[in-house]
This record gives sequence, C-alpha cells and structure tokens, in this order.
Amino acid sequence: MDLSSLSRHSDFEWWIDPAGKMRVPAIIYAGEDLVRDMDEKVREQLTNVATLPGIQRAAYAMPDAHWGYGFPIGGVAAFDPNEGGIISAGGVGFDISCGVRALRTTLTMEELQRNKAELAEALFHGVPAGIGSTGAIHLDEHEMDQMLRGGAQWAIERGYGRPEDLDCIEEKGRASGAKPECVSREAKKRQAHEMGTLGSGNHYLEVQRVAQIFDAAAAEAFGLKQDAIVVSIHCGSRGLGHQVGTDYLKSMVVEGYRPIPDRELACAPIHSELGERYLGAMRAATNCALANRQIITHLVRGAFAQVTPHVSLTLLYDVSHNTCKIERHSTNGETRELFVHRKGATRSFGPGHPELPPGLRDVGQPVLIGGTMGTESYVLVGTQESERLSFSSACHGAGRAMSRTQATKRWQGRKLVEELQEQGVLIRTKSYRGVAEEAPGAYKDVNAVAEAAEHAKLARRVVRLVPLICVKG
Amino acid sequence: MRHAASRHVAEDVSGANVNWEHFEHGSDIGVRGFGRTVEEAFEQAAIALMAVVADVSRIGHSEKVEVRCDAPDLELLLVSWLNAVIYEMAVRKMLFSRFQVTTTGCSLSAVLFGESADPERHHAAVEAKGATVTALRVARDPDGQWVAQCVIDV
Repeated sequence: MDLSSLSRHSDFEWWIDPAGKMRVPAIIYAGEDLVRDMDEKVREQLTNVATLPGIQRAAYAMPDAHWGYGFPIGGVAAFDPNEGGIISAGGVGFDISCGVRALRTTLTMEELQRNKAELAEALFHGVPAGIGSTGAIHLDEHEMDQMLRGGAQWAIERGYGRPEDLDCIEEKGRASGAKPECVSREAKKRQAHEMGTLGSGNHYLEVQRVAQIFDAAAAEAFGLKQDAIVVSIHCGSRGLGHQVGTDYLKSMVVEGYRPIPDRELACAPIHSELGERYLGAMRAATNCALANRQIITHLVRGAFAQVTPHVSLTLLYDVSHNTCKIERHSTNGETRELFVHRKGATRSFGPGHPELPPGLRDVGQPVLIGGTMGTESYVLVGTQESERLSFSSACHGAGRAMSRTQATKRWQGRKLVEELQEQGVLIRTKSYRGVAEEAPGAYKDVNAVAEAAEHAKLARRVVRLVPLICVKG
Repeated sequence: MRHAASRHVAEDVSGANVNWEHFEHGSDIGVRGFGRTVEEAFEQAAIALMAVVADVSRIGHSEKVEVRCDAPDLELLLVSWLNAVIYEMAVRKMLFSRFQVTTTGCSLSAVLFGESADPERHHAAVEAKGATVTALRVARDPDGQWVAQCVIDV
C-alpha cells in the first residue's frame, strides 16, 4: 500500500481521512512494514466500508488485514440500527464463526516427547479432517434444529464435553436469537454428516508448547507456564455456514441494499426483513461452529485418554473471528447497542468487561492468534484501550503473503512434512498438496502481527506457542 | 498482486477441451474459464474450480449428476452454477471432471460427470466453501471469446 496517501497518527495508526462518500475515516493499525506490504485492495475495501449507512467512529483494519470480500479480511466495523445501520454477509464471511479454541493440558513436555507419535496418530484418527470427511454424528431434521438453537450447550447436553467448558466460550457457548427456520434446506443437508469435522485449508488441530512468556501475571491467570502443553483447534461452521454465506450473499445482491456499485458490499438494513432473516441464520451458523468445536474438544479428550489417560484438558477460551455481534459501546458520548462486524478479527475485551467469566474478568479476554504449522501462534490479552481504538478488536492470524498457486510451485508437501519433522513438528495429513498450500513461508510473519497488535494497544502479548503436532485439515 | 497463472489450453487424455486458468486473490483463488460460447466458458470455469480442489486428471467420470439453476443476470448465473457444483461435491462427497452446460437466457441446466471423492488418490488439496462475486465477470472479449471468472472462497 502506498503510504503517501495515509495520515500517520502514530507508528502503528494510519488514517484514510474521509473523502467523497465516506461517512467516517478508515484506520489501519499496523507498523510501517506491514502497511507497506498490504494490498491496495485493503485501502479500497476499507474506504468502501466507511461509506456504509449507520457506521460508527471508523472502519478499522487490523495488522493482518488483506484483500477480502467487500470487507477486508482483518476488518472491523460497527453499525447502529437506529441510524439505518446495515448487516453484510461479506462482513461476516463464508465460514461464519470460524474461530480458535485453546485447551490447557496437564501433560508435561517429557511425557509428550515419550508419546508424541502415538498421540499424533490418535488425534489424526480421532478427529475427521480433510475433504469429504464425515463425523460419527448424523443429525435428523429435529436434532439439526436443536443444534442450531443450542450450540455448544446442545453438544454438552448430548455428552460431548463438560458443563464447565461453557464458562470459557463467548456467549457461554450459545448465540441467542438463532432462527433455524431461516437456514435453507440445502445448508442443513450439507451439515447432516459434518458435525465434529475439522474441514480443510487453513484449519488445523495442534498440540503446542508454551515457548515464551511475555506477561507473567496474565500467563498465570490463564494457567499457562513455560513449556506447558496446549491444544489449539482452528475451524468453523463447516458446510452449513458456507451455504448460509452463499445463500444470503446472493439474497443481498439480488434483493438487498447496494450503497455503492460494488456487488461484494451488498448488505441489508439491520431493521429489514432480509436483515433479520440473515441475523437469525448467521446466529444459527454460529451455534453450528460452537457445537462443532465442542464436539472436536470431546474427540481430542478421547484421543488423549487413549494415549495418556491421566492427563486432563480444560478450556482456556474459545473465540470466533468471523462474526457480527450485538455489543454495547460508547459513541458520541452515549452508550449504544451496536452490531459489530469482525471479518478475520478477534474480539479483545479488556479487564473488567462484564461479559468475561469471573476467572478472566480481572485480567482480560484471551485473544487467540493462529500461526502456521511450522512457526508459532500467540495468546494475547485484550486491553482496556481497545474499546476506544477498535470496538475491542484485534488481529486473528498471520494472513497469507503468497497465493496457493505460488505456494504449490515453491514447496512440495511431502518434503515439507519431512523438514518439519526434523524441526520437531509432526504433521498428520491426508493431503500433501494441502500442506504445500499452507506452507509456513506462504504466510506473513505472525510475530510481526502480534507485536503490531501490542504496539497499537489492541491487545498485549501473553505467551508464544510453538507447534509439536499438527493435524492438517 | 493479481496476475494470471499459466493458462491450461490443450486436450486432455480423453480429447476434451481444456481452456482455463487460475488467478490470484489475497488468501483465496480465482477461476477463469474461456470458450467459444458462454456454456463452454462456464464448463471451463467449473474445471478450474475442480482444479482448486483436486487433480482433475485423476478424477474419473463414471457417475453423473444433473443440476439446474437460474439468476437475474449472466454473471450471477456463473456464481449460482459454481455454487451448485460446490453443493453437489459437498453433499454427495464426490469430485467431478467433466461438465455439460446448457443455458437458456439466465437459466442453466447441466450434467456433471465424476466419482466418489478419495482425498489420497485424487490429490485433494482444499474444500471450496463458496463462489463469490469478487472479480466476477462474464463477458465476450473483442475477439469473440467468452470469459467467465470469479474468486472462490476456500
């Protein structure tokens, strides 16, 4: 991105001042190098978002922002329904409520090294992953609707997990206001056999080691010690969410509201029949994602029980990064309910936020940042400043630096798996081509992204995690 | 950031035309089909879609599936068509290697030829989540050739 067209407000805050139809400024949070490497499309898309009716304060881009669909990936925008605010399927994304869940384990590094290969096999066989995979759970029409209303709460009622897991999931594991009747028959059919599956692409299940602690107090509050073993799950709402995204993108293009000629930015007023239908369907898809990650958690616990039966796994946190949520924020001197879109962005509530469970309320919300299978991931903690800066939002991952086509030309999957094994990372996959497409070198430097989030005061680094086992979707 | 990858123009082993390419999108991938008719361009775009998911040369064509869709205009018809292919892949757990498309105005009917997905044998890489309206274009170039393209979210 050309820096000369941006106003530099600090080393980590860059503004596109309002011009033309922009109702608010657009603000990019990132260091100079990250901003320079960003696609020009980020500027174009962010500028377009700033023109949407009912937008509050600014359209924001996180440090990992890149070219998305209407909204940039790494984009945040909040809308007031009482000022004609809109909801956009592109602003949520196709993989509705895709997110990361992290589990603490009582496993020691020494035990892990002794059982590593066996554990990798147990996880690979226990958690269905990759194209065409199906789970052991098959939902009929009634049960599908129950799942879409109940989310992770439904999963736990069916025996997939423990009631205390719910305390550490956004909205206690269940998005209210879900309307299964607004989800198409096709979307439900796509999901009937996909519960408890990881998916493919950049989705993964990793066993990781805490390699570095940045904030000792927050790490202690999160129960993370040096060399502790953590399990991270990155996946979303599977076929159902993808179909809901597909269905409503089309509806919004055909019958919705298009404030600018760009069809990608089709949307609907929140207070409209289409807007309300999408909200009901999107929340149902959110519950599908929450139920899916809950079932996978149960499968992960089962795999650990086979190999290291004495080890327990407790939930650190589950946070989604493709969402639109109703939140209370202060704008223009008053606190209002806003619809906050986060497309490839993570909520980052600071200390004292009433929605955080008691164990986390004093320290702030864990912000889970997925990296690549060969490098690292991060746990950050939300800051109080993030409310003012970005409606309490931070980055979500490294973001791609190279296309899939380029990646497959540069790397060979099998060789990459061997190289990573030499570095101590066991990869289990059904697709070597998929591994090549997800090569660590095809992504931006997650360290720079996490550092930028901290310098911009969106979230603070707590620990850095390095992968030991990776089941690739 | 956006430039076309190498264009596949040839006949495959069975003599079918191959005339498509991928183009780059930040985190996903674009598909572009070419043809003498809009139908051919749509067929080639679907092959480009399958090439995102797996190695098309390894996919058989022993089973067939029929689909129909329509849309308000030709560009949205391409999106509906590719989404119909993605839907059939997802619910039938199949991969496809050949397509026969017929259009009447903005209505489409098609026959898809393929077989059950076997990730290892088909060198499967990634699921397609949906076809998007990003970089969407269906048009006839000055040389008379049809082009049909959009970005696929994977």
